[in-house]
Amino acid sequence: MSKFDLNHVSQQYFDILKELGNIGAGNATTALAQMLGCKVDMKVPQVKLLDFREVGAVMGGEEQIMAGIYLLVEGDITGSIMFLLNEQSARELVAKLMGMPATSDGSLGEMELSALKEIGNIITGAYLNSLSMLTNMKIIPSVPAISIDMAGAILSVPAIEFGELGDKILLIQTQFTDDLTLDGFFILVPDLDSYDKILGSLGIN
Amino acid sequence: MSEVIKVGMADLKVCISPDKVTTLGLGSCVGIAIRDPETGIGGLAHIMLPDSTQIKENSNIAKFADTGIEELVRCIVKAGGARRRLVAKIAGGAQMFAFQNNSNLVRVGERNVEASKAKLKELGIPILAQDTGENYGRTVVFSPENGEFLIRAVGKELYTI
Repeated sequence: MSKFDLNHVSQQYFDILKELGNIGAGNATTALAQMLGCKVDMKVPQVKLLDFREVGAVMGGEEQIMAGIYLLVEGDITGSIMFLLNEQSARELVAKLMGMPATSDGSLGEMELSALKEIGNIITGAYLNSLSMLTNMKIIPSVPAISIDMAGAILSVPAIEFGELGDKILLIQTQFTDDLTLDGFFILVPDLDSYDKILGSLGIN
Repeated sequence: MSEVIKVGMADLKVCISPDKVTTLGLGSCVGIAIRDPETGIGGLAHIMLPDSTQIKENSNIAKFADTGIEELVRCIVKAGGARRRLVAKIAGGAQMFAFQNNSNLVRVGERNVEASKAKLKELGIPILAQDTGENYGRTVVFSPENGEFLIRAVGKELYTI
């Protein structure tokens, strides 16, 4: 039986999850800078354990259009990871990567979506890599899937996964800045046993 | 003046005509709208998971199709709706992300829809209309006054079912 209970997270557990979030987001920033070939700064990530009801508000409302890139995770831990950013940030990021001016409306084309998937893949990959190194566990992500839709609808997917554990969702908010400011969110959803494994591998019981 | 009452994720609310109930950005979750057409008393549940008996942490009854629908019906009846006159409409249950493998997790939207329909059938509440599945999110507004279930999706015209 798992000892982990998402509704009653001790301060120590929370601090560890927070620190994993910080390190992961730091690595993701480095990966983003390498990909874009420019300097990218990161604000100190905020790690929050939120009620389902509050999550939409953090992202600017449930109807805010976001791009969500979602990967399933296998290996020593199982679960999923999602990287979200708002639609305008996504357009700017793609434009920068492809060296074209950013579009502000119209649907994103096949190439743009593909580029976004790859961005999500690299960013989440960097994040998972740091988690893997810290915990000395094998973590294998699936190919990414993407959705551009209302924040509430995209978030329903990780929320449902968290929903099997409790009524809260663990969110890591990271702001990347260089010439442009990008608000990104990570949501890591290990399944219940994986929480124990992650914490156990760090020597916490 | 009518008011629009917001229903969050894993939440349910009852309202009396001319008030309306809404929930924003339904993805794989399902919105179940039930009303008594004669009194204009109705409500909306935003469920996330199909079955409370499969989950240990099931204290929030609004989170599950089985217990959530039961509770919504109980609240509507308590507010003055007649149990035998209740009718339902459902929306949501999308598959937001396309994956190759067809795991349970990926199919959760579909399972939510199935569980909601099964529960409504068990309770003998007819489903007058549904807009479920596909791969996009929906915002819904329900008017117990006339039973209109308004649906808004990104890049689509408003429509009612």
